[in-house]
Amino acid sequence: MTNVLEVDAVDVAYGKVQALTGVSLTVGEGEVVSLLGNNGAGKSTTVSTISGLVRPQQGTVTAFGRDITRATPWSIVEQGLIHVPEGRRIFSRLTVHENLLLGGYTIKDNSLIESRVREVYDLLPRLADRRAQQGGTLSGGEQQMLAIGRAMIAGPRLIMLDEPTMGLAPLVVAQVMETIAAINSAGASVLLIEQNARAALKVAHRGYVLDSGRVTLTGTAAELARDPQVVEAYLGK
Amino acid sequence: MDYVLQLILNGLFVGTFYALVALGYSMVYGIIKLLNFAHGDIYMLGGFVGFTLLTVGSGALAGGGGIIALVVVMALAMVATGLVGLVLERVAYRPLRSAPRLSVLITAVGASFALEYGVAVGYGPNPRAYPVTVGGGAVHLLGARITYAQLVMMAIAVILMFGLDTLVRRTRSGRAMRAISQDPRACLLMGVNVDQVISRTFFIGSALAGAAGVMAGAYYGKIDFLMGFIIGLKAFTAAVIGGIGNIRGAVLGAIVLGLLESFGTAWLGSQWRDVFAFAFLILFLTVRPTGLLGERVTERV
Repeated sequence: MTNVLEVDAVDVAYGKVQALTGVSLTVGEGEVVSLLGNNGAGKSTTVSTISGLVRPQQGTVTAFGRDITRATPWSIVEQGLIHVPEGRRIFSRLTVHENLLLGGYTIKDNSLIESRVREVYDLLPRLADRRAQQGGTLSGGEQQMLAIGRAMIAGPRLIMLDEPTMGLAPLVVAQVMETIAAINSAGASVLLIEQNARAALKVAHRGYVLDSGRVTLTGTAAELARDPQVVEAYLGK
Repeated sequence: MDYVLQLILNGLFVGTFYALVALGYSMVYGIIKLLNFAHGDIYMLGGFVGFTLLTVGSGALAGGGGIIALVVVMALAMVATGLVGLVLERVAYRPLRSAPRLSVLITAVGASFALEYGVAVGYGPNPRAYPVTVGGGAVHLLGARITYAQLVMMAIAVILMFGLDTLVRRTRSGRAMRAISQDPRACLLMGVNVDQVISRTFFIGSALAGAAGVMAGAYYGKIDFLMGFIIGLKAFTAAVIGGIGNIRGAVLGAIVLGLLESFGTAWLGSQWRDVFAFAFLILFLTVRPTGLLGERVTERV
């Protein structure tokens, strides 16, 4: 299995605050990899470093065989590495449809954008019903679906989702996870950042546990789900 | 009745070129939340670029192509001021993108002075008479009078405004502009080259102001290096009346302001014109700071 993403010994500091120390992880082609950890463990910093929003002091990031450590965020998107940020960050004063179209900003071919928008509407009919509504009027779950749908328009080869289930009702969490599984079976690799370890380990193949900016544990989803540390810290008994 | 109609026409004419300036003001504010105090000076620069081109090309004007020459000059002045706006953003504002708001504001005031006194060095501090004025043939409409050149300039302004509105509402670029005004960081994750879109916004806004500068030169018949100061404040007023950051609002606010000034002047005398405009600025800031078309946001958090 070839790796679509390789993060190698990355250090990130915000001023004097060390956020990541020697973080390494990989995502293989077609894999769903989960990144677990508590608030402030460095999960969001890790994905932001991969997507080019944050610059590492040390280490390299390689995506699809190319070094993207110093690449601009937009050139990273062009390569098919899409980051769905924490808190959804949809454009609340643009319509649902416009939000989706923006997801295809790097695509020059309008007919391709249109066909992908149709696919998203088929997969997530709630969005189709609300296409002319402003994004800000959607419920939390719908906004999350919109954020994921928007990322799909870009044609992701690797999609990174930062806490997609935060603040959602259990039923909606299940829907989000189903959608992620659907994206994966359509061919995209997934890096899933979660505090909700129970939900994440159900869809993930492998996982990493991040603590205070370091990778402290890694293994298959089954191994992690059995690990006493993980059970105690994230799953409860 | 004739008199009232004349006042309306005058107000509309002044309103259209206030609108051209207000649009750039509002666009720049919308996208990077910067009150670009140098924007009025870009308008002034448009007047001077037009002045230079018309002086150099006066041979062609002797051939009688007054209005056509004016249109060509307007287009060239738009390109020139657009480029100046682009450079201004690149040199003065972009390095301060993550600096405190106040630093950028002060830089904008500095940029304004640099443009004003730069032009004063180049052209001298005295007013220059514009080589072309909008006298000439006129249409009489129910007793009111408007010149052909005024009509042509208004038509151009209206075309520019519709063009801009379509760009912002319907195109990929316009969508990116609106998105950046809401969340620039999220735009990066959509693959939007945010710097490029901001540059484009400055180019368009500055070009519109440049067009207005040429219109103003031809209408008032003279230009000077400080003419951008008051118009900058007027454009700001227009943008506030309409709802700052809102494209249609800027146009509406400018027309309202033009009409208010036209009627206010007729009522109290022309020395009260600016008092009138700025009294309305204060009124709006107090009573309705979001303006006539300001965003009434319904956001769930």
